[in-house]
Amino acid sequence: MSTAVAERDDEVEDTGGLEAEDSAAAPAGYQLPEALDGGYAVLRRGVRLAPAFTKGLGFTLTLAVIATVGRVVIPLTVQQTLDHGILAKGGPDYGEVRTMVALSALAVLITAVSAYLMNYRLYTSSERGLAEVRTKAFRHVHDLSLLHQQAEQRGALVSRVTSDIDTVTVFIQQGGMQLFVAAAQVVVVTVVMAIFSWQLTILVWVCFVPMFLVMRKIQGRTGRAYRKVRRRYGKMLGEVSEALVGADVLRAYGIEDRTGRRIGAAVEGTRDSQVRTQRLIVVTFSMGELVAGLVNAAIVVVGVLLGVGGHLSAGDLAAMLFLVNLFISPVQFATEMLNEAQNAIAGWRRIVGLLEQPPDVVDPGSAGVAPPEGPLGVGFEEVVFAYPGGAPVLHSLTTQISPRTRVAVVGETGSGKTTFAKLLTRLMDPSSGRIVLTSGDNQHGNGVPLKDVDFETLRSRMVMVPQDGFLFDMTVGDNVRYGKPGASDAEVRRAFEDLSLTDWLDGLPEGLNTRVGQRGESLSAGERQLVALARAYIADPDLLVLDEATSAVDPATEVRITRALDGLTRGRTSIAIAHRLSTAEAADEVFVFDAGQIVERGPHRDLVGAGGVYSGLYESWARQQSS
Amino acid sequence: MSTESLQTAARAQGSILKRGLGLLGVAIRTEPRVFAAAVSGSAVYGIMTVGAAWAVGWATDHAILPAFRAGKVPVGATWTAGLLILGVALAKVMGIIGRRLLAGVMQFRLQSRYRRAVSERYLQLPLSWHRRHPTGQLLSNAGSDVDMTWQFIAPLPMSLGVLIMMVAALVSMVLTDPVLAIIGFLLFPAIIVLNTVYQRYASPRLAAAQEMRAGVAEIAHESFDGGLVVKTLGREDVETGRFAAAADRLRDANIAAGRARAFFDPALEAVPNLGVLVALLVGTSRVASGAIQPGQVVQVAYLITLLAFPLRAIGWVLGELPRSVVGYGRVKAVLDAQGDMEYGPRQAPEGGAADVRLDHVSFGYDGQAILRGIDLSLRPGSTVALVGPTGAGKSTLTSLLARLADPDGGVVRLDGTDLREFARGQIPAQVSLVPQQTFLFQDSIRDNIRLDRDADDEQVWAALRLAQAERFVKRLPAGLDTVIGERGATLSGGQRQRLALARALIRRPRLLILDDCTASVDPQVEAAILGGLRDAAGEGTLASTVLVVAYRKATIALADEVVYVEHGRVVDRGPHTELVERCQGYRDLITAYERDHEERDGELQEVGI
Repeated sequence: MSTAVAERDDEVEDTGGLEAEDSAAAPAGYQLPEALDGGYAVLRRGVRLAPAFTKGLGFTLTLAVIATVGRVVIPLTVQQTLDHGILAKGGPDYGEVRTMVALSALAVLITAVSAYLMNYRLYTSSERGLAEVRTKAFRHVHDLSLLHQQAEQRGALVSRVTSDIDTVTVFIQQGGMQLFVAAAQVVVVTVVMAIFSWQLTILVWVCFVPMFLVMRKIQGRTGRAYRKVRRRYGKMLGEVSEALVGADVLRAYGIEDRTGRRIGAAVEGTRDSQVRTQRLIVVTFSMGELVAGLVNAAIVVVGVLLGVGGHLSAGDLAAMLFLVNLFISPVQFATEMLNEAQNAIAGWRRIVGLLEQPPDVVDPGSAGVAPPEGPLGVGFEEVVFAYPGGAPVLHSLTTQISPRTRVAVVGETGSGKTTFAKLLTRLMDPSSGRIVLTSGDNQHGNGVPLKDVDFETLRSRMVMVPQDGFLFDMTVGDNVRYGKPGASDAEVRRAFEDLSLTDWLDGLPEGLNTRVGQRGESLSAGERQLVALARAYIADPDLLVLDEATSAVDPATEVRITRALDGLTRGRTSIAIAHRLSTAEAADEVFVFDAGQIVERGPHRDLVGAGGVYSGLYESWARQQSS
Repeated sequence: MSTESLQTAARAQGSILKRGLGLLGVAIRTEPRVFAAAVSGSAVYGIMTVGAAWAVGWATDHAILPAFRAGKVPVGATWTAGLLILGVALAKVMGIIGRRLLAGVMQFRLQSRYRRAVSERYLQLPLSWHRRHPTGQLLSNAGSDVDMTWQFIAPLPMSLGVLIMMVAALVSMVLTDPVLAIIGFLLFPAIIVLNTVYQRYASPRLAAAQEMRAGVAEIAHESFDGGLVVKTLGREDVETGRFAAAADRLRDANIAAGRARAFFDPALEAVPNLGVLVALLVGTSRVASGAIQPGQVVQVAYLITLLAFPLRAIGWVLGELPRSVVGYGRVKAVLDAQGDMEYGPRQAPEGGAADVRLDHVSFGYDGQAILRGIDLSLRPGSTVALVGPTGAGKSTLTSLLARLADPDGGVVRLDGTDLREFARGQIPAQVSLVPQQTFLFQDSIRDNIRLDRDADDEQVWAALRLAQAERFVKRLPAGLDTVIGERGATLSGGQRQRLALARALIRRPRLLILDDCTASVDPQVEAAILGGLRDAAGEGTLASTVLVVAYRKATIALADEVVYVEHGRVVDRGPHTELVERCQGYRDLITAYERDHEERDGELQEVGI
């Protein structure tokens, strides 16, 4: 009774801790899931993720059986050699000893070779499978929408494709597959024992069954404990990665101590959960040892009683004492492996959970429809967008962008401009309503729904340049080439020329070969934006979306770029979100956003004097420029 | 690779065992009590393992055989035998609990201690070091490398505790027959040879595998970090290819290292078995020559089997050692990394706007000069606009003022004191830098703003008000408790910038540096922010010297003075109106929009619109 109560308390405490952790890790009330159903179902699903796991498993298991049989046979042959060779009646029998030793040596060799081959095959198939799963999981993170990607700290996401997968390696390579062999050994030994004495065999099982039942229970707790370890480990890497990515801010504000304390807390939280898990494992393992002792004692006592009653010979009892050890050792091994399995399952849950999270912005793939050729127009039809559990950010937006127009999107921060751009480029899908792509002669209503265009085509036709100008840790040239793989240096250079940025490029220490550092941080924010712009430009899209893509660039350069783009984007559709209203002046049409709606639209010259929202925005901009 | 480094590599490889033992020393010195207790537990386990066999033997002699001989149950002896077996099992269980639990405690404590030490280094090492080291690699150092380093602790107490078993077995072997005992002793050199071969083969492969593991983390981190770029350009396939290549390299490295392990473990098991067989052969001839009795051969054969167990246990540790040494090498590289900033003893003066002076300051990365001989002074309480084209070195200059880096030449002074003379933490206490790119922690808005300060909510709201962020924060359902993501997921760029500004303002810095940090903020909002700053200065609630990197004329208009930089040099300085008159570069930059506006008007008139 008291144990039941204690267990329930523990459970409550467990979920309590869980909730606290969940809420701390979920920024927008959202978190990437873990697969939550039965542990072995998760394990099975995990193994099914990559065929390499099970390829050639039959032969590997055969080798495992040979190695296991060898382990039992070798002591037996040694025993035989002793009994019939050295201890033979009438002095040691040389010939017998030599034959037996030769046979034994052969057995040792076969066992070692099979064990080696089995291990090697296990390493190979598990590593192959894991590499496959790792890559799948990685790809899946990219297939998830921004919303999902941003739900976890980068470090925690990284842990899903690294350390979580490594738990599975440990399980498989430390003998997870031999669980089958262990189970088989238990069955075989049970049968052999029953031949010697069915009474004692029942006794052995009577001792072990309660242990199996209790163990099952503890296994559930071990599984939960390991899950906590994995979660905390991910959280810990998340804290470390945050301190690495935000190193500048830490330094500037002198909050190293605070951050150190936070990381320390995460590190110690991981450690404490590991120690707690270890306690459960030790309990299970020592329980097995205790039951083994109990079984031995019981066999001696009951065996003597049975023997005196004439149900058992002394030889049978001796055999039982020997056999029971062959029964206990695989049980102990299995206990160990089942614990290890709980760790692997905890890691697997995070991977399977990730992989089974359906991408909410789905790529229609080969079922996709091609959008019309040439410059693209876009239609929004009663589009509503809200973050999960949040109020709508865009309210029933209906609008049309004709092909070849240059649209400037203006409005206060938080008015929905960036959301508009993200919906338009299908980085997110609307909560309701639809968006269609149209062409020159097909502007109204019946264009191709954006949702039906496959990503490959979509991304080659429309490109968005986000504000933060993220660059990869490679050279300037390679970063630009990212927009058009295989582009020659001359092409890359021409992109800079077209954007009239050669002066800047030539000022770099090694021109196109200048390395940009982590996240491009060796360059200034403005410089990163220049490279990001060249990267999008070289991709040569039909529709270009600039989300404050030049916000950190100096005015003279910005004007030069805008002018260059003016020429270059003539004949394409371009949509620019801008605070600097010079962009709006140059646009064919201005969309003015306010509180999730387009409140005004039209060319600058029409709006500027209309006395509306735009007039106000422009006035304040103009005042800033001339004061 | 030079001959010297090849030699170093060879030396390093040859001394795996020595370095592994060194690591063991570190572990024992760090956790001596836990270690001692774990080994004692293991010793109990070792003794009780032998004891269990002895107990069954006793039961056979005193209960089973007499019972079958006499045909009746020797009640006392039978119960004693049962309790004896059970008692030994109980003692064994105690040993197991002590050994395994404490080995775990020791391993996890060491891992957590080193993880803290590594991340502590990350917090101290200069930003230039950070730029050179991929984030994913550093994550791997703090994660899997630390894990690896102390992995060998788990089987360690076991292998040391069972040494007792080993010694006991060896002694009885010598007592039984010194000649046959030689075979037992020969097992040791055999194991050592085996282990040496294993380590020679495995170490470089394990090192490679660990390198590849970091490579996987590196690509994953960078790729997830740039997820938006990947998506907008539709480069998922390219990224997946890049990652798959790294994952495959890791796979191949792991398989190569695994192959060594796959061989080592069965070989370790086979060697004692072969020893038994040799003992049987030799023993038989010694029995035949009458030197010993058959029973002695049986005894030695049994003892060698007994020896196999501790040998295997030691083998587990030896098998883990190369990984640990490799992991430790990688961890140590972080712990030993040089280049920490040095701090002096000076404390920050109390309140009042700072007097800033740069004397002939120069700075460069990788031999490329970014700032060249900058002389600059900012009067206390003045607002100075720093203007210059993209890439002129403005951000670098601001980072030197906040001592995020030290100049290569020249001195940066605050109230006449070289920044390097201030004690640690004293510069952040006086200087707040709002960088160009906003970084917010995955934390509540409240904690993102007050950071390590004990500010009450009123002060937080006041800072938010000044940064023009009060309105939108109030509208958030959870207000100050709203948790924002690493990159501030659902907030707009302008909203995030305002939070970053509030974070600087709440600290009431003596020197406030705004590095073009209002670029994403609407013009009206920026005007309100700057107006607020001016009012606060007027009321005396914010006594700051302000350096603002800006392009907007309105921002510049608020400045007492403008400093114009180009190519890392101060080209001119003075009031805006004077600079516009006399400095061509400045004029071109600052009037770009106006000229553009006029030109466009002109074009429009030409085409007759």
